[in-house]
Amino acid sequence: MSVTWQALRASTWFRAARTTRGWVGLVLVGVVTVIALAGPLLAPFSPTMLVGAPFGAPGGGHLLGLEYVGRDTLARVLDGGIRILPLAAIATAGGVGLGAFLGISAGYRGGAYDEIVMRTLDVLLAVPQIILALLLVSLAGASPLLVGTAVVLIHAPQVARVARAATLRAAQEDFVRYSQALSDPPLRIMLNDVLPSVAGPLLVESALRLTYSIGIIASLNFLGLGTRPPFPDWGAMINENRIGIDQNPWPVVVPVALVAVLTIGASLFADALARVTAGLELGSEGVVVKQEADGRDA
Amino acid sequence: MVIRRILLGVLTLFLLSLLVFAATQVLPGDAAQAVLGRTATPAALHALRLRLHLERPALVQYWLWISSLLRGHPGMSLATQGPVWELVSSRLVNSAVLLALVSACAIPLSLLAGVVAAVRRDRAFDNVTSLAALAVAAVPEFVIAIALILLLASAVFHLLPPVSLVPPGTSVWSKPSILVLPVLTLTLAVFPYIFRMIRASMIEALGSEYVEMALLKGMPLRRRVLAHALPNALPPAVQAVGLTLAYLAGGVVVVEYVFGYPGIGQGLVSAVNARDLPTIQLTVLLFAGFYVMVNIVTDVISLLLTPRLRTR
Repeated sequence: MSVTWQALRASTWFRAARTTRGWVGLVLVGVVTVIALAGPLLAPFSPTMLVGAPFGAPGGGHLLGLEYVGRDTLARVLDGGIRILPLAAIATAGGVGLGAFLGISAGYRGGAYDEIVMRTLDVLLAVPQIILALLLVSLAGASPLLVGTAVVLIHAPQVARVARAATLRAAQEDFVRYSQALSDPPLRIMLNDVLPSVAGPLLVESALRLTYSIGIIASLNFLGLGTRPPFPDWGAMINENRIGIDQNPWPVVVPVALVAVLTIGASLFADALARVTAGLELGSEGVVVKQEADGRDA
Repeated sequence: MVIRRILLGVLTLFLLSLLVFAATQVLPGDAAQAVLGRTATPAALHALRLRLHLERPALVQYWLWISSLLRGHPGMSLATQGPVWELVSSRLVNSAVLLALVSACAIPLSLLAGVVAAVRRDRAFDNVTSLAALAVAAVPEFVIAIALILLLASAVFHLLPPVSLVPPGTSVWSKPSILVLPVLTLTLAVFPYIFRMIRASMIEALGSEYVEMALLKGMPLRRRVLAHALPNALPPAVQAVGLTLAYLAGGVVVVEYVFGYPGIGQGLVSAVNARDLPTIQLTVLLFAGFYVMVNIVTDVISLLLTPRLRTR
C-alpha cells in the first residue's frame, strides 16, 4: 500500500516538474533557496558590522553599497533569507498537519465533534490573516516563534476545510467500509485508509500554503514584528531602507526582487501541481480556481 | 436562511470577542506589565491594573469590557489618553474612502478582463492576463507597493508622492494624488481573484447547452455573451467580489502602513506598537464585524441572483 502511494506521489511531483510552469517555478524557487541557505557562508562581511556611511553608493568592495546604518548590503541580503525560508517551511508543515488532523477527524467522526471543530475554525477565519498575527504579537512582543504560531493558526482552518471535504468523499469508498466492517479502530482507518486518499488534495494545498507562508512571514517582518535587530531579514530590510531609495536603491530592490521571485516561483509550481493532480483525478480545467473556492466556501 | 446566517454571524462575533479579549488581556500573564514594560514603577502598575480591572476575575473583566462597548463606550486609549472612538472614527472614514475607490476601480476592471479572457480563451490576451494574475496574486501586497514606489515615485519616474501623509484633521481629499498609489496597489492585489473566478465561470457558461443553442439559432456573439452566459456566470463572481472585500479589510493594514495612509489599518499597527489595548480590541472587532457583514450580504445577493436557490 505505502509503496504504490509513494510511487504515485513521486509521479505527481515528476509530472508537475515537467510542465513549463512547473520547471520554471522550481528553478526560481531553487535559485532563491540556494541564496538563502548558502548565503550566510558566502557573505563577504559580517551582516551586523558598520563599514561606512549610511546609504553609501556601490563601490570599494561593496557590490550593492551600504544600507541605512552603514552596513554592507550584500552581506545582509545573503544573511537575510535564512530567517524566512526555514520558518516558512516549518510553519507550513505545522499548519497543514494541524489542519489535516482536525479536518480528517471532523470529517470522519462527524456529529457534534465535527460541528464544534469547524465552527471554532470559522471564528478564526472571520479575522483577516494579518490581523490575527497582529493580535498574537500585540502583547507578547515580536518574535519568530509567535510569527510561526500565527502562520500555523492562519493555515489550519483552510486546510481543515479541504481535508474534511476530501475525507467525506473518501469515507464513502469501499475500502473504508471494508475496514469498518472488520471493526478496525477509527484511528487506524483514518491513518491507513483515509489519509492516503486525501493526500493528493493535501499535497496541492501544501504547495499553495507554502507560497502564502512566505508572503505572510515577509509581510510580518516588513511590519517589524519578526526578526529582532540588528539581524537582517528580507522583509525588514525593505522597510528599514526605503527612506534612502534615492541615495542607494539596492538594499530595497534586491530583497524585493528575491521575495517576488520566491513567491512567484512557488506559486507557479503550486499551479502546475494543481493542474497535474486535477488532470489525474477530474480531467477538466479551471479546477485550480474551483479548488480555491471549495476551500473557502465548503 | 437569511435569519440563520445573521444569527450565525452574531454567534461568530461573540466567540471572537472572547478570543480577542483572551488574547489581549487575560492570557499573556500580567497585561499591565506588558503594556508599561519592565521599567514601570509599582504605583503606575497598580493604577493601570485598576483601570483595566485586572484585579477582578476574568469573567467580570470581560463583562465590564463588552457591556460598555455595546453601550458605545469602548474606553480610553492608553497611548493618547483620549477616547478610543475619536481615535478610530476618523481613520475608519479614511479607510472606507480607500475601500470604496478600490472597489470602484477593481471590480469593473477585473469583471471586464475576465469576460474578455473567457470569450477569447487561449489567445494572447487570455494567456498574458492569466499569467500576470498568477504572478500578482503570488507576491505579498507590500512587494507590489514597493515595486510601484520604485517605478512611479522614486528610482525610475518621479510622478507621484511616495507617501500618503496628511496633517492631522485634514481630509485625505485635500491632496488627491496621495490616493493614487494605495488605490493602485490594492486594485492590483485584488484583481487576480475576481478575474480568475469570472473567467472560469464564464468558460463554463459559454460551453453550456443553452449557449450552444443560441449559437445554432444564429444569435450574435455580443448577445450570447451578455444575455445568456453572463447572468449565469454572475453568482460565483458575486462570491468572489465578497471574498475580495473581506480580504481587502486585511490588505489595507499593510498597504496603509507602507504609504503612511491615515486609515484604520495603520492605526492598528501603531496601536500594537504602543500596546494600546482598548484600541487594539476595538479595531480587531470592527474588522471582524465588517468581514461577517460582507459575508452575509454576499450570501443574500447570490440568493437573489440565483432563482433556483430561492425556492429551496
